[in-house]
Amino acid sequence: MKDVYIYDSIRTPRGKGRKDGALHEVSALSLSITAIDAIADRNGLEGHAVEDVIWGNVTQVGEQGACLARTAVLASQLDESIPGLSINRFCASGLESVNLAANQIGGGSGDSYIAGGVESMSRTPMMSDGGAVGVDPSFTFDNYFVPQGIGADIIATEYGFNRDSVDEYAVESQKRAKLAWDENYFSNSIVPVRDINGLLILDKDEYMRPATDMQTLGALKPAFKEQGELMPGFDKVAIMKYPHLEKINHVHHAGNSSGIVDGSAAILLGNKEFGEKWGLKARARIKGTAKIGTDPTIMLTGPINATEKVLTDTKLDIKDIDLFEVNEAFASVALLFLQAFDVDSAKVNPNGGAIAMGHPLGATGTMILGTLLDELERTDKELGLATLCVASGMGAATVIERV
Amino acid sequence: MNSDFSIAIDNQKIATITWNCEKKSMNVLSFEALETLEKLIDQVIEDENITACILTSGKKDFAAGMDLNVLAQLKQSAGENPAEGVFNGVMKMHSVLRKIELAGMDPKTKKGGKPVVSVLPGTALGIGLEIPLSTHRIFAANNSKAKIGLPEILVGLFPGAGGTTRLVRKLGAMAASTYLLEGKTVAPNKAQAAGIIDQVDEDPMKAAREWVLNATEGDLVKPWDQKGYKIPGGTPYTPNGFMTFVGASAMINGKTQGAFPAAKALLSAVYEGALVPFDLALKVEARWFTNVIMNPSSSAMIRSLFINKSALEKGAVRPKDIDDQSVKKLGVLGAGMMGAGIALVSAQAGIEVVLIDQTQEAADKGKNFAEKHLDKGIKLGKTSQEQKESVLSNILPTSDLQLLSKVDLIVEAVFEDPKIKAEITQKVEGIIPKNCIFASNTSTLPITDLAKASSQPNQFIGIHFFSPVEKMRLVEIIRGKETNNTAVAKALDFVRQIRKTPIVVNDARFFYANRCIIPYINEGIRMVAEGIPPAMINNAAQMLGFPVGPIQLVDETSIDLGAKIARATKAAMGKDYPDDTVDEVIFWMEENGRLGRKSKAGFFDYDDKGKRTGYWQGLKDKYPYSKKQPSLQDVQHRLMFVQVLEAVRALEEGVLMDIREGDVGAILGWGFAPWSGGPLSWLDILGTAYAAERCKELSSDYGTRFEPPALLLEMSKTGEEFYTRFGHS
Repeated sequence: MKDVYIYDSIRTPRGKGRKDGALHEVSALSLSITAIDAIADRNGLEGHAVEDVIWGNVTQVGEQGACLARTAVLASQLDESIPGLSINRFCASGLESVNLAANQIGGGSGDSYIAGGVESMSRTPMMSDGGAVGVDPSFTFDNYFVPQGIGADIIATEYGFNRDSVDEYAVESQKRAKLAWDENYFSNSIVPVRDINGLLILDKDEYMRPATDMQTLGALKPAFKEQGELMPGFDKVAIMKYPHLEKINHVHHAGNSSGIVDGSAAILLGNKEFGEKWGLKARARIKGTAKIGTDPTIMLTGPINATEKVLTDTKLDIKDIDLFEVNEAFASVALLFLQAFDVDSAKVNPNGGAIAMGHPLGATGTMILGTLLDELERTDKELGLATLCVASGMGAATVIERV
Repeated sequence: MNSDFSIAIDNQKIATITWNCEKKSMNVLSFEALETLEKLIDQVIEDENITACILTSGKKDFAAGMDLNVLAQLKQSAGENPAEGVFNGVMKMHSVLRKIELAGMDPKTKKGGKPVVSVLPGTALGIGLEIPLSTHRIFAANNSKAKIGLPEILVGLFPGAGGTTRLVRKLGAMAASTYLLEGKTVAPNKAQAAGIIDQVDEDPMKAAREWVLNATEGDLVKPWDQKGYKIPGGTPYTPNGFMTFVGASAMINGKTQGAFPAAKALLSAVYEGALVPFDLALKVEARWFTNVIMNPSSSAMIRSLFINKSALEKGAVRPKDIDDQSVKKLGVLGAGMMGAGIALVSAQAGIEVVLIDQTQEAADKGKNFAEKHLDKGIKLGKTSQEQKESVLSNILPTSDLQLLSKVDLIVEAVFEDPKIKAEITQKVEGIIPKNCIFASNTSTLPITDLAKASSQPNQFIGIHFFSPVEKMRLVEIIRGKETNNTAVAKALDFVRQIRKTPIVVNDARFFYANRCIIPYINEGIRMVAEGIPPAMINNAAQMLGFPVGPIQLVDETSIDLGAKIARATKAAMGKDYPDDTVDEVIFWMEENGRLGRKSKAGFFDYDDKGKRTGYWQGLKDKYPYSKKQPSLQDVQHRLMFVQVLEAVRALEEGVLMDIREGDVGAILGWGFAPWSGGPLSWLDILGTAYAAERCKELSSDYGTRFEPPALLLEMSKTGEEFYTRFGHS
């Protein structure tokens, strides 16, 4: 395998994924173009500069349908000889796009790629693409399908995270995100979203609630209690898979789960020759990538297995890693990571995460890898690991090393 | 040609096809009859002298369903590949019903069909409703006793002759689910309100004639054969339908605990069928129906819950050559919960009951129970005021034993104490007629011992009711050493009168039911002592289809009762007593006043109203969860085999005389995993060879109580099946 480097990384700010969100007027195509053009511009790319654009995107219907990646390439400033590939590994799509690109380059198929992703959750709602996973009895019965929120609550129950501990985690995420924005830690990567006339639409993450404290969170009702305990009663299904549990402790709510937002992000990857050809300086090396399948009912424990796998593959120990980005899909996912690896919580999501800033499904993986790189540079550290839990019981992870 | 269906054409050119199975009180559909029906429908379509057709019954009901023997025939019809035989047979049914539905229409324009309607004089169940659903309009007589529905799910099947596909398309998946998934049957007026049938009429034949004479071409085309048709409530991938189907999967999975393959297959047929055109949906339904039929669970369920249950109810084990022993006047001794329940169900069957207790007040309380129960029935619209009065007039509560002088059966339901029972037996025997049969409703005391108090031990028998009497469908009849055939016939005829299902077993410790139930509870408690979470134990049982897990069951039946039985058993068995580990837990619970639901404290905590609020934390402190936890399968196999091996031993020892009783009794008596068809059917499904091997493993891992009995060992050598060796054809 050839060495593969990250040459650049950018992201849009995240808009609230609602009708009154700042990015609701912006199409998923436009968000994609913003990211792709920004990374091409910043690095002076022209012509057949990259082999492909691999674009993570979860809900591939409506305006996000029909291989949005190809549409975005053609609508951007990139050359039409660059094809475009939309991929879907649910919440890890934006990391998987990077990993796929890295492994293509490493395997010798092309010198460079743009990898990234997009999700306009306000315009194309989650789950509007249907899917047999929750509906087809040939799957749901034997695989004990429950929605993600129930999975997150199973984690909390099974690993002993009570309501206070998940809420405390959420408050901390908000604090860290506020500090990071106040101190301009993200400034190198943020590409403002503008209209067709160049007028500013959004230049800052819009979802954050820095005033959040235990009291405000305490007032929120558990979001998955009713569907778990009453209609249609997912807890019964969950307990069939985890029969030693008496009941599911429903602790998650909107305040300690990832926010629904709109956004896009891109990373430029290439081998050594690519950097030389275009006169670019590599910022980090991709040291290892991993993906893995895990129990689909608890669903969100994948970061543990993916991390173990990538550490084994890279012959690293958890202690070797300086910083971690663990996607805050739900507070219990991050808490489980801390518990499983017994790492210093200061090293994990130091600048907050999706609970504070939101989780634009297809883009998040790219975003957190970029955030990890920025923070390694800012604090002058070497090794970083990014990982996400993935719907239907999967996990993905990437280890990067500064060069 | 089979003569179950016949045709007559009147001067208005209306053909009436009448269903009237010879020598049967109810119409059931055979395959030969289906072919006759098809020929008659062909005639209706082709004969120019026929303009319309009414399909009805020559009996007071329309039809009870499919002749279940058909399924066995279909399996054999394709030689090496039984699935093909079943599938082809079901597709044949679809084609006949579809022919009725299209009734000669042009396949494209849907023009030119002849009206075909059905008239239901009474009950229409299963295929007896599926055929009418294929006609253009269903008329029913205003007959409140009639039952309309698709109860196939109750015997481990689902409606496989288009009933599933048509009802979903008629009502939508959500509304159809009550009828398809719960097998709910309703009276005609309710069926009309639900949209299952179209019209209830005092004279349904007249109404049907009027309708067919006035029907237009458009009236004949089913909604699903019209352009632009949409399933009510939406298909799985519409916004509404999506939520319905996500919810349905979870709800049914949770409710059935994965233990009923038919429910899952039904939902698959509904889901997949909703995504394709009508005719393909029928084909999909046929594939899933075939899949269920090929599942050994469904044959076992049909065998136990349909064929063998009704055989037992019809007197399959009744001693021959004994005259009718129907009870005319019954004496019930003891008006407590059991006695009052027995009085109620007997009075409901029209039997005169003398309900005895020590004081008039106590006896009245027993009758009061019946009154309350009947009032509840009135509230629910199940009972009329006249019925209530007539039932209550059958119960005479009294403390005067002399009023027993003309009874022909006694059921004693006093306190479970041999001394008290002996006393009352002797007292009463001085008053009752010489030929009166004396039965004890004991649940644990050996009948042969109780009979010693009687001057006529040959007329002494056990009739063991389950609690609550008015709900539980099984009655266990226990034959003491000296009990004669007349007494057995008397008990069986009595059970038939009160419309319950009997089994007859020989006398031995705990008879049959409790012999299996007690080890089930004990195994659960043993696991608690081993540090297995009680949730795991109960959930494992529920996932096997048991209505309650052992830990919950012991809270319901009460821990002091368990302790009392344990002490008595230990005293009787001496050093062979195997359950000291269990006793350690229950005696400790008893000492701590945690007696179960009745004391609002047991393995569970309870609120003031006696509702469970969660497992008691104190139990975990005393028996902390062990680090190494067993697999779910180990827990389930322990809970199953500990009962099943008792059933095998009961058979081996001659306590069980008929395996049908072992299986039917287990399912009806204590809700033994219904999908299995019963303990002995389950061994056949597993294969006796595997079962014996597995028991040896369990024996070495968990104790010698799992050692396979000699009978099972012997059968395992050749893999012989219980129903091959002991079955009745």
